[in-house]
Amino acid sequence: MNTFGRILTKTLLMSVVATSAAFAENIAIVGARVHTMSSQGSIDNATVLIRDGKIQRVLNETPALAGYRVIDGKGKVVTPGLMGAYTSLGLVEVGFSAGTVDARTIASGISTTGAALDVSYGVNPHSSLIPISRSEGVTSAATALQNTDQLFQGQGAIITLHGNTPVLRSAAFIATGVDNGSADDIGESRAALWVTLEKALVEAIYIDGKSITPQSEWHGASTVEDAIALSAVVKGEVPLMIEVHRESDIRQVIAFKQRHEGINVVLLRATEGWKVAKELAAANIPVILNPESNLPYEFDQLAATLENAGRLHDAGVLVAIGMNTHNIRLAKQHAGNAVSHGLDWEAGLAALTINPARIYAVDDMLGSIEAGKRADIVVWSGDPLEVTETAEIVLIGGEQVDMTSRQSKLRDRYLQKAQGKTVHYVRP
Amino acid sequence: MNTSVNKKALALSVLGGLFLVGCSDDKPEKTPPIQIDKNPFPSTYQPMTSSPTLITNVTILDGVGGMIQSGSVLMSDGKIQAIGESIEAPEGATIIDGNGQWVTPGIIDVHSHLGVYATPDTASHSDGNEMTNPVTAQVWAEHSIWPQDAGFSRALAGGVTSMQILPGSANLVGGRAVTVKNVPNRVVQDMKFPGAPYGMKMACGENPKRVYGQKGGPGTRMGNVAGYRQAWADAQDYKQKWDRYYKDHEAGKDPNAPKRDLKLETLAGVLDGEIIVHMHCYRADDMGTMLDVMKEFDYQIGSFHHAVESYKIADKLAENNVCSSMWADWWGFKMEAYDGIKENIPMVHAAGACAIVHSDSDQGIQRLNQEAAKAWADGNRVGLNISQADAWQWLSANPAKSLGIFEQTGSLEVGKNADVVLWSADPFSTYAKAVNVYIDGALAYDRTDPQSWPVSDFELGQPGEGDSK
Repeated sequence: MNTFGRILTKTLLMSVVATSAAFAENIAIVGARVHTMSSQGSIDNATVLIRDGKIQRVLNETPALAGYRVIDGKGKVVTPGLMGAYTSLGLVEVGFSAGTVDARTIASGISTTGAALDVSYGVNPHSSLIPISRSEGVTSAATALQNTDQLFQGQGAIITLHGNTPVLRSAAFIATGVDNGSADDIGESRAALWVTLEKALVEAIYIDGKSITPQSEWHGASTVEDAIALSAVVKGEVPLMIEVHRESDIRQVIAFKQRHEGINVVLLRATEGWKVAKELAAANIPVILNPESNLPYEFDQLAATLENAGRLHDAGVLVAIGMNTHNIRLAKQHAGNAVSHGLDWEAGLAALTINPARIYAVDDMLGSIEAGKRADIVVWSGDPLEVTETAEIVLIGGEQVDMTSRQSKLRDRYLQKAQGKTVHYVRP
Repeated sequence: MNTSVNKKALALSVLGGLFLVGCSDDKPEKTPPIQIDKNPFPSTYQPMTSSPTLITNVTILDGVGGMIQSGSVLMSDGKIQAIGESIEAPEGATIIDGNGQWVTPGIIDVHSHLGVYATPDTASHSDGNEMTNPVTAQVWAEHSIWPQDAGFSRALAGGVTSMQILPGSANLVGGRAVTVKNVPNRVVQDMKFPGAPYGMKMACGENPKRVYGQKGGPGTRMGNVAGYRQAWADAQDYKQKWDRYYKDHEAGKDPNAPKRDLKLETLAGVLDGEIIVHMHCYRADDMGTMLDVMKEFDYQIGSFHHAVESYKIADKLAENNVCSSMWADWWGFKMEAYDGIKENIPMVHAAGACAIVHSDSDQGIQRLNQEAAKAWADGNRVGLNISQADAWQWLSANPAKSLGIFEQTGSLEVGKNADVVLWSADPFSTYAKAVNVYIDGALAYDRTDPQSWPVSDFELGQPGEGDSK
């Protein structure tokens, strides 16, 4: 980088720091029942102190609060901001017959396996889905491609739902699948799919540390870019998300992990996971799922049940909940239904907060109300897993966010409109 | 077409017409006019065995705006016999102490594709959209229903006692919808709700123009509307031909009956007021156009389905007596769903229009009470001040009205079918579950008895058979 570049970078960094410092406010949330999701557990009548955009401390008393703006949490429930466990937030506005959607791709020469595709360039923080989701307590998310028709669904990112620079971590994970749908894309059979997957890993292992130039010989089935991207998975630096449903496929994934000990495997959906729960726990493989999927949509989902999440948790599997995009705000309802079908309530809340943060190894900054973490905090009217309760105050990075959205504006316009009268459509 | 003829005589008359003409030199007796059997697939539904049951000590939402804090409901002979604060148990009645649990009417889903888009979701089960012509009024959803769809039993565990099953929304006119009781049996006739009128599915907006845009049209919204209007005009013409036939016959002439046209027969059934239109329509402007088409051809739309923008025209919907069947919060999956808001249902209700919570989903149908709960809470947060008792109308009474079965079901009123749900807790809670579900007074689902849980033919011998679902 030349000198000018270095100066520019430094200036940009300083301006970013200055901007966030200007907004960062010292806040104390006082009197609420706080579920810290840390070793501090749940505390009644707690005080949460926020400073410089981070959580400073959680106390089970009310200290002197000079210099803090106080948010009265009496009668309220406070939790960490919810983390959308698997979404395409920021990558799609309207998915169907509505123009460019960065959550999907068509095959191109740059990537034969899909591993190199990188969503972080496409995340739009001004998508209408962002305020709609955050005003209901979703403060961060994993965001990824929905479908590539290739072996891998590209590299996903971890994003925050506030501010102009949403990507907290790019190339944070790579996704693939070994279910019926994935087999359909790769040779229409697991016989082709698994061999293709293993070959891609071999090429990733091979390429690691090599210097590849346009003059280099490379005859891999993956492109160079694919293999380089996948090498981060092989080294265990980022998790490999594997979509899977059927018990026998899950057993194959467990065997896969035994073959590739360094790979950090996470299951997506795991519809029949409850049948292999002990083995998954022993193999230290977490699961992200939609607990409400209880029908045999394919022959690889015959044993679907609403009790999947609870049974997995009881066996010691780390469970995260929240697979949706436009309605990721419903993840709390999904978790509530998992709770009403056997999942421990605390585990239901963990499935929306600390567990996805652990899965993506961002629990140093997200997922719990703990000193030093980002102040992503929600004040709820009551139990967040209850469908009738709602987020009342949302803090992201220590800033109290605007609760209006395109939807709240539409609502207010038509609540106020005198029906039957001709009126101008103007800004509220 | 009100001439009363018994069916046997009718069948004979048709045969007679075929064989007797020309066989006799005698001047034939005047034959009765040809009557079309309007019910060629009659319901063979039989209620399951029931015994008199008294549920006591429960909070009751009667479904028509009433709430009893600590009350009882008595069912026998398949009907609601009594409802009130204190009811004497008849001799031999099963008494269930509800112990603070809740009782409501059974949930009725006006928008289901169970059986026509059955699970597994294979191409071979894709029987919901006859995508071969933009107007397929001649097809009937009941002829696609696979009663072994496991979705029926999942819906039952969610307190759904009846539902309307519709064709999909690919076509301008998708075909006939059918109302069934949620009691899967060997053939669909065993499920059909006795006496329920037929529905007819129509669709506005994006779907038909997308499906037919490259297949001869319609390719635009204006093309859609031309398509509906031409279909109605054809139906008017067809109806006139039959009306003239009966008139001429009555006048002593010997007219030839018009050739039956199954497509126009269904459309004419709507114009005769015998079939209720259920129209997939998202945008306010699309619905506004259809209200005019409805007036132009003098028929009634029972309900707009999905209706994500009903909140923009709730006054017009109230004025035209058209229900809106809505999700609580689905939005954004296509352009015409982009303006969906969470307060749609309560805003429609507050404007005095008929609001219905529907599913269009084999998962949503399992938790319609939660959909109503969200809409109720969201409405009250913006000051619409709706009671739980009123909100339950969205789940039972209003759906029943829009399906034409409110005289039989949809509320807990003496004499009505005992379609009843006992909930473990306030059904406006995530944690509430249907404990007992009664259909015509018979215990169709009992959460406390795993041996009684339904297992469809498809699920037999498969992984997860008989599991808690």
